[in-house]
Amino acid sequence: MQTVTNPAVIDQMTPVPFRVRSVREELSHTFTLELEPPNGAFEFLPGQFTMVYAFGIGEVPISISSSSSNQGTILQTIRRTGAVTHALGHLKSGDYVGIRGPYGVPWPMDEIKGRDLLIIGGGIGLAPLRPAIYHALENRDDYERVVVLYGTRTPNEILFEEELGKWGARTDCTTMVTVDAADRGWNGAVGVVTRLIGRVGFDAANTTALVCGPEIMMTVTAERLMEVHSMAPENIYITMERNMKCAIGVCGHCQFGAKFICTDGAVFPYPEVEELFDVKGV
Amino acid sequence: MSEMYVSGQSGIGRLIEALAERGHRVIGPVVRNQALVYDEIEGVEDLPKGWTDLQEPGKYRLERRGDEKLFGYVVGPSSWKQYLNPPEEVLWSGTIGPDGFQTDPPPEPPLYAFFGVRPCELAALAILDNVYTTTDGVPTFGGYTATREKAFIVAVNCSDPGGNCFCVSMDTGPTAKAGYDISITEVAHSGNMRYLLSSGSAAGAEVLAGLGGLDEASSDEIEAGDAVLARAAEMMGRELDTNDLPDLLKGNVLNPRWASVGDRCLACANCTMVCPTCFCNTVDDNLSLDGTHATRTRKWDSCFTLGFSYMHGQPMREAVSSRYRQWITHKLSSWVDQFGEMGCVGCGRCITWCPVGIDITHEAGAIRRGDLRDTHITVGGHSS
Ligand code: SF4
Ligand code: SF4
Ligand code: FES
Repeated sequence: MQTVTNPAVIDQMTPVPFRVRSVREELSHTFTLELEPPNGAFEFLPGQFTMVYAFGIGEVPISISSSSSNQGTILQTIRRTGAVTHALGHLKSGDYVGIRGPYGVPWPMDEIKGRDLLIIGGGIGLAPLRPAIYHALENRDDYERVVVLYGTRTPNEILFEEELGKWGARTDCTTMVTVDAADRGWNGAVGVVTRLIGRVGFDAANTTALVCGPEIMMTVTAERLMEVHSMAPENIYITMERNMKCAIGVCGHCQFGAKFICTDGAVFPYPEVEELFDVKGV
Repeated sequence: MSEMYVSGQSGIGRLIEALAERGHRVIGPVVRNQALVYDEIEGVEDLPKGWTDLQEPGKYRLERRGDEKLFGYVVGPSSWKQYLNPPEEVLWSGTIGPDGFQTDPPPEPPLYAFFGVRPCELAALAILDNVYTTTDGVPTFGGYTATREKAFIVAVNCSDPGGNCFCVSMDTGPTAKAGYDISITEVAHSGNMRYLLSSGSAAGAEVLAGLGGLDEASSDEIEAGDAVLARAAEMMGRELDTNDLPDLLKGNVLNPRWASVGDRCLACANCTMVCPTCFCNTVDDNLSLDGTHATRTRKWDSCFTLGFSYMHGQPMREAVSSRYRQWITHKLSSWVDQFGEMGCVGCGRCITWCPVGIDITHEAGAIRRGDLRDTHITVGGHSS
């Protein structure tokens, strides 16, 4: 996946320093780094990820959350969960991170031209979907309907809230947000994101679903799309998450059945991973 | 076919010395701590002359052969991966400054000659190459590629297969087919040791031509060598039926047999450490006290450890049975999907060095036969 325009690498395990241009707090545990590639351009496709390295602390796989048409800087939206992501959270503008990538199979934006897009995100899962949404809206004529459904825990945890509002205000993009638990100020939908699916109404044969969120949310969503809405499994794409140490298929950590999540995914057509979902400890 | 030479043990000694003179660190089999391991050798006297290794599930012992053979044994706990893909290796290190960080220049890769590489081990090297090669030409681990490219390989065909060998089943031995610079066959001829040498590369041919004191092998001598290897092929300690095995394992994810092997397995990871093809690894980060210099170290890891599959603080493979299933299914099934070949060469190490004698051939066979449980497995693997 390393393209020629991207910074030269010694070997695939050696990161390239990217300068932090800005840091933006998104939610209480989530922030976005804006990063500058050293030679001014970084090519990637919607849904791809990089390995982000905090100097001397460690490396984590993070999906790119910005538009793939903007190569000058990239955005990576990160949740503080462990030592590395906490270290990344302490970075200030002018600091450096190490980047390897981009890696992984992108969302199938070319293959699904001409179709209706049903983009379903849960929690921080909206971050890897955002480049797909940008792509669809920037190339709006390439797609028929564009629907964005987003579910999160509480009204305080709505990622990219402002943008969701903007997308919702467009006449050519249907956007709906739901929360698991509402508070007094909330007058939107309450309940899991799958409940929104029935409300939008769509043409199953002409729709492709891109789904990203916690594993359980994705399986429930996929099952509902297939069982209740008669969608063909091959029209559903999800992302898989596993422990990753290398992102290039050589550390063995991310194996899921015969797949390397890092190089065969992280985006998968549902049939490729479906049968292993129910087996414990694969 | 390249020219076949013949020599006595002195010719083997001259070969080791010639490789050293060409600047190689020559690594070969030596006796250490009652086992045959790979280490630096300087001459023929360092080789385990007259030794053999007795191997059974969970059992390993060196014994005197009662002859002068230099190569009358098979493989021990070490494998060549420890030189190409060391147990611990600095991936890169670097210094941080106001303009980002600068990576330190990588060290010069060592110039090895691997002496006494068995046919199954050649196959294992080819498998590792396949794992570590990428389509875009950028090396995965710079160290592996650089070391591997420069290494000189002296293969030794197997005349005395061991009790846990099944290279015939895996089609990797007992005769080396490709991937060596020089190959050697040891032929015992009424107490007199003769060595057939042939080259498999231009570098090998050059070394042999420069060796001096070698005779051209007669057709009788070549035949004697072929007979040794044909006999060796009949002496396999184990057998693995690979027919449809990848699909068979895939179709048995929920087989209760996994629970039975999970009960016996200690999850000690020995099998993965000794396996010449197991490549899983992890990384470790270190920061100097002043916070300016960082080192990333790659270390062997194993799918048998609980931490291997950790995600968000939870192991994905909690049950030992799921880890054993992951390992054997990877070796014999999903490796084929990933790399177009199985990840097992039939060397038998994992069987020998498993403290409870779990046998990959037996476990795969049990899945095939539908045996749920063994009633009489003991350590040492004798079932009566
Ligand atoms: S799985 Fe066992 S027999 Fe096969 S190559 Fe590895 S150690 Fe050798
Ligand atoms: S199979 Fe044997 S060697 Fe491998 S982890 Fe289990 S007990 Fe250890
Ligand atoms: S992350 Fe190392 S193999 Fe996928």
